[in-house]
Amino acid sequence: MNSIIQTTIEFLKAFWAPLLSGVAIVAILPLIVGYIVLVERKLMADMQARLGPMRVGPHGLLQPIADAVKLLIKEDIIPDNADKLVFWLAPVVSVGAALLSLAGLAIGPAFQIAQDINIGILFVVGVSALGIFGIVLGGWASNSHYSLMGALRSSAQLVSYETAAGMALVSALLFAGTLNIKSIVEAQSNEGIWFVMLAPVAFFTYLVASIAETNRAPFDLPEAESELVAGYMTEFSGFRWSLYFLAEYANMIVVASVATTLFLGGWLRPFAKVHELAGFHLLNFLDFVPLLLMVVIGVYCVQRAPKQPTRVQQMFMLAVAGLCFVLGLVLLAPVVVPVAKPFYAGIHGGFWFILKVSLYIYFFMWLRFTIPRYRFDQLMRLGWHFLIPLSIVNVLLVGVALIAGSYFNLKGWGLLLVTTPAAIMALIVALLILAADRERGARQDQAAASDSYAG
Amino acid sequence: MLDKVLFYFFASIAVASAVLMVTRRNVVHSAIFLITALLATAGIFLQLRAEFLFIVQIILYVGGIMVLFVFVIMLVNLDVALQQIQFARQKWVALFVTLALAAQVGLMFWTSGKMPGGLPVLTAAAAAKLSPNSEIVARSLFESYLLPFEIASVLLLVAMIGAVGMAKKRA
Repeated sequence: MNSIIQTTIEFLKAFWAPLLSGVAIVAILPLIVGYIVLVERKLMADMQARLGPMRVGPHGLLQPIADAVKLLIKEDIIPDNADKLVFWLAPVVSVGAALLSLAGLAIGPAFQIAQDINIGILFVVGVSALGIFGIVLGGWASNSHYSLMGALRSSAQLVSYETAAGMALVSALLFAGTLNIKSIVEAQSNEGIWFVMLAPVAFFTYLVASIAETNRAPFDLPEAESELVAGYMTEFSGFRWSLYFLAEYANMIVVASVATTLFLGGWLRPFAKVHELAGFHLLNFLDFVPLLLMVVIGVYCVQRAPKQPTRVQQMFMLAVAGLCFVLGLVLLAPVVVPVAKPFYAGIHGGFWFILKVSLYIYFFMWLRFTIPRYRFDQLMRLGWHFLIPLSIVNVLLVGVALIAGSYFNLKGWGLLLVTTPAAIMALIVALLILAADRERGARQDQAAASDSYAG
Repeated sequence: MLDKVLFYFFASIAVASAVLMVTRRNVVHSAIFLITALLATAGIFLQLRAEFLFIVQIILYVGGIMVLFVFVIMLVNLDVALQQIQFARQKWVALFVTLALAAQVGLMFWTSGKMPGGLPVLTAAAAAKLSPNSEIVARSLFESYLLPFEIASVLLLVAMIGAVGMAKKRA
């Protein structure tokens, strides 16, 4: 008995910080996801010349909470012939994998839950890929044809696109020379250049593959509502459904963070190196950008507050403004007070990281409302005939460019001299593949037209 | 103490789910238990600070091979499969092999008492002493064991090309 208590104390002593942050993530993530969904609906409305959710709170700002309450009190239906245990397990697996992979991410130089694991990026990618079992098992356990079709499509899609995504990651990792997330960002800081400039083709490949991996439009075939009702989620309702939803958005955050870390310089400010260069001090105004952004949003909210129809909404608007000002003050501190820089630098790092992740997710949404859904055979053709060959060729070219770079002793921006030709050659290869594929594609399209259903 | 608790946690999960995987009649349940067993083994790798092996186990076996397994299982009509006899009737061969294996393990335990120093003990290296895991694996693969590695990769390539060739013939 004594030893059990001792072990527990030992465990808590060693792991209290990760445990606490884990609990915090589980508590906060649903809220964040709720607001991402709200932003998505607002964006969709804007692009379609509508207003979007307006009823709950000013400009629908409380809509996520109303949605959450609705989902929680909805009746929980399990189909009669479903495999009950697997049906219960599947959404949990999906959301568990997504949450676990968040633990490996570093939001700033100081904030990372699983500190300094030397396989960092592999951990994030590998664990988040486990979420596929939630989808596949859920689709199978529902005992419905639509669900099963969705599950099959999902696993085929994931297996195909993971190769391309992995190859894209490899090209960026060649520059970093490490798998540790912190060291990857530090490598970009030392080189003074983000890897997206050095490996643009790899970034593009990862961008496309990550959309397919998160099952987002235009690659959302596992839940294509015009063909499969809701795909693998057809039989799920209420809370279970919301778990799937949570997992999907958490996965978006994960892929966006991976792309940010590897290609977009993680928590680094744009032009992070110019602190040390003479003559470029003007660019340091970028340090004030986070602060300015917060103040502008706050002032806008204060200005709009009197125009709200009810008193509650006015108060809410003012509260949002106050929150922005407080955040602004927090972001002001590192610029004014130079002491204790590492901690404050973490705050600014967090701002830039979150900004980049948000832009990446914004791009996902933009694509969703712009491009129509692919057909399943088109999706497979894009993956196997275009993305995978392109990414493999790109890894080769980047490797050759790196060797040439080390031969001529190039560093930082100088590396562009060798990587740009490599990128151009990769582009030529891409065009060649597309040209070769177009003829074959035309033939397949004819076949598919007479077949009417492919998948 | 904590190490022991964690080890027995992972080990018991691995053994129990391996047994369940063999005994379940439903193939999908078997697949789920196989996944659990693989994950628990990965946990033991992690405890030995073999981080790279841990993640390779997860990415390759769980994330790659098992996804394909489950994919194929779903294409099989389970109702028909349930009515068929699923267990191979090679009882005597199985019994013999199991006994031989048990004897081997028993012999090791029995003789180890007489060996100087007892059983070889695997201990996790101190974290600070360890150079990056992936680097150690890469060095041993590409420096010490280059030839076996290349032979294995040629073998895999042959198998892959063979599979593609056979699939093409059918279509």
